[in-house]
Amino acid sequence: MNLPDIIKFVIDLLAVLLLALGIKGLSKVRSAREANILAAFAMLLSVVGLLSYYLGTSGIPAQSWAWIIVGSLVGSLLGTLLAKKVPMTSMPETVALFNGFGGMSSLLVAIGAFLFPFNEVAKAGSLEPFINDSSISVSIFVGAITFSGSIVAMAKLQGWLSTPGWTQVKARHFVNIVFGVTSLISFIYLISGNVSSIWLLVIASTLLGIGVTLPIGGADMPVVISLLNSYSGIAAAAAGFVVDSQLLIVAGAMVGAAGLILTQVMCKGMNRSLISVLFGGSLSAQTTTSSGSGEYTNITSCSVEECALTLEAANRVIVVPGYGLAVAQAQHTLREVTKKLELNGIEVVYAIHPVAGRMPGHMNVLLAEADVPYEQLKEMDVVNPEFPATDVVLVLGANDVVNPQAKNDKSSPLYGMPVLDVQEARTVFVIKRGMSAGYSGIKNDLFDLPNTSMVFGDAKKVLSELIGELKDLGVGDK
Amino acid sequence: MNFDSLLWVLLLGSLLGLELIGKVPPTLHTPLMSGANAISGITMLAALTAIIKAEPNSPLLIIGSISLGFALFNVVGGFFVTDRMLAMFSRKPTKKINN
Repeated sequence: MNLPDIIKFVIDLLAVLLLALGIKGLSKVRSAREANILAAFAMLLSVVGLLSYYLGTSGIPAQSWAWIIVGSLVGSLLGTLLAKKVPMTSMPETVALFNGFGGMSSLLVAIGAFLFPFNEVAKAGSLEPFINDSSISVSIFVGAITFSGSIVAMAKLQGWLSTPGWTQVKARHFVNIVFGVTSLISFIYLISGNVSSIWLLVIASTLLGIGVTLPIGGADMPVVISLLNSYSGIAAAAAGFVVDSQLLIVAGAMVGAAGLILTQVMCKGMNRSLISVLFGGSLSAQTTTSSGSGEYTNITSCSVEECALTLEAANRVIVVPGYGLAVAQAQHTLREVTKKLELNGIEVVYAIHPVAGRMPGHMNVLLAEADVPYEQLKEMDVVNPEFPATDVVLVLGANDVVNPQAKNDKSSPLYGMPVLDVQEARTVFVIKRGMSAGYSGIKNDLFDLPNTSMVFGDAKKVLSELIGELKDLGVGDK
Repeated sequence: MNFDSLLWVLLLGSLLGLELIGKVPPTLHTPLMSGANAISGITMLAALTAIIKAEPNSPLLIIGSISLGFALFNVVGGFFVTDRMLAMFSRKPTKKINN
């Protein structure tokens, strides 16, 4: 080992250590922000290590410098611009887009390495060309799936793509199997020396990514994005085999494994298995006549004014924000309402279901953006025993996560899913656009209970009317 | 490096990844996903290697450069967006509610 090798080795080791610490720190609230910066620094360090290694050994040609600078400037600038501009409510699709581009990067570099081999691959007869071509194939396969899958996921979350009925037919599994088998065949051709089969591999795996993601309903998308995020780690690790970089392999493997764990956690919170998310199709398109459906018999609806009067008289209010609140972007309006209540001496707490919002943890981000103090956000296990001592619960755009069926009705598809026990409170107001079912397509028994009143309307509109009513009552005017 | 030692690296890296995030508060799921996503852009190192070794092959230079651009879009954008999310949490809890 000579000096550049040693320096590179030490820098790489340090970068891996910092990346690991970064991922670990990101999983704790107190250290998360610093950990993110640490990880970013580790990435920078890895680049410096790589560049200085080549400067110290073979040198970097001027033309390479030019292309490096162009590529990094354009990529970083556009990435920064998007990251700074995008509204907090569109976080899920932004992550999907970033992820897709990561996959695209692995895909491109693998194509480049295959068409124009730049690594000294050992002579024919040894195992090396086989390993080289296999790593390239894996990188292309996973990279293409990550790219096309993420773009479809993003388009769905943005509302550019819906879930058409024809994607739900059983034949889609057959079509996807055909894509998968085609990928495998082109892989075999590729390692046996057929260069042009690389394009077949690219096309088949891109179509597979689309075919698998398209039938999945919008609300399952976070799980899919998390899984695709894990894939992009695997694609990076495969690219590490192509360019013979341990750092790339370790970092890719870490992200791949950590992404899997996160996917698992998300599935658990939604009471869905990964298999049913991936192959079960869109839940809402399926369960129109599920066992839990039925007619509502005892719906009480009330006006915003009544709701305001009840709130004024309360001592303790729990807000249950959900997907609908995030979609309506009503977090700031909600904060105005709760500020008024707090000024009146009413204790306000937010009950956060593990999968509230459009992505697990997304609701916390949105409420934090609206200046809700961190300590008012309570997790499900903490807040559930507090409902009996609560006067009013405001359910805002949440549905399945407050369905008592999940606890009481063994025949319900929701049975076993962790839910918030809002029905234990004295009064429950459900602010909702209409009587449509939640994402599971299942009737919500909560709406039929005598202590539940429905306030119909868009979350944002109802909340701003509520501000007006509270003002008329003199709540929070001090 | 030998293929088998690279496989060891892969295995140990995966095990490390499984262990790193055993328990995550739901609050951090989205930022963690976003941060991990940024790290997956580490594939930029492969793109860099391709560009450096490409000379005098211009098609590879261009492919490498585009690949680098995509990767850095992922990395830089990913870290900034994660920071934006986390900045909201780390704001000091202000006690201005009571007046």
